[in-house]
Amino acid sequence: MRFSPAQRRYNRRIIVLAIIYAAVLLPVCWLFARHLVAGPLAYALGILPALPVSGFFAVIGLYLAEETDEYLRMLLVRQALVATGLAMTTATFWGFLEGFDLVPHLVGYAWPIVWFAGLGLGAGVNALIERRAA
Amino acid sequence: MNNRLRDLRGQRGWSQQHLAEQLEVSRQSVNAIETGRYDPSLPLAFKIAELFDLAIEDVFVSPSREK
Repeated sequence: MRFSPAQRRYNRRIIVLAIIYAAVLLPVCWLFARHLVAGPLAYALGILPALPVSGFFAVIGLYLAEETDEYLRMLLVRQALVATGLAMTTATFWGFLEGFDLVPHLVGYAWPIVWFAGLGLGAGVNALIERRAA
Repeated sequence: MNNRLRDLRGQRGWSQQHLAEQLEVSRQSVNAIETGRYDPSLPLAFKIAELFDLAIEDVFVSPSREK
């Protein structure tokens, strides 16, 4: 499979962000688990792992802006729509169930994880549509 | 939208990859257009028609005239 130049940049950026995420998350968790940080520094460190995750969304936006192949762009838009539908629906269901004390509290960063899982589901939907029409 | 892209490409003995390179799009895009599961934008449709030295309506079948 050949990657478009925009896809190659997208892949490279995602890999860099994933490495930064892993490099930041482990020491931050270690520091918090041992209660070694407090005050403003705790807030600054606490937000650090969120930055590369936010970067993933920016990278997806950059890809959509840079991809010159309209069909490939449409595929990612469809993937993102599936991801958004899954994440928002799950969050809504969970929110009501949590509000009625039927399920435990879920941390907010669970929803981006569900969204990224939705991207995988969207890729599956794309593959299914491609295979059916081929 | 139905089209004659596969026939036109076949007449010239071009592969999907070759056509994709001429149009500066992916092979996936060519395949999606040929099989009718993706309708190209107007600029891309013009580019395709111009590549074959034809008018757009000679490449793409108007949905309103298909019936």
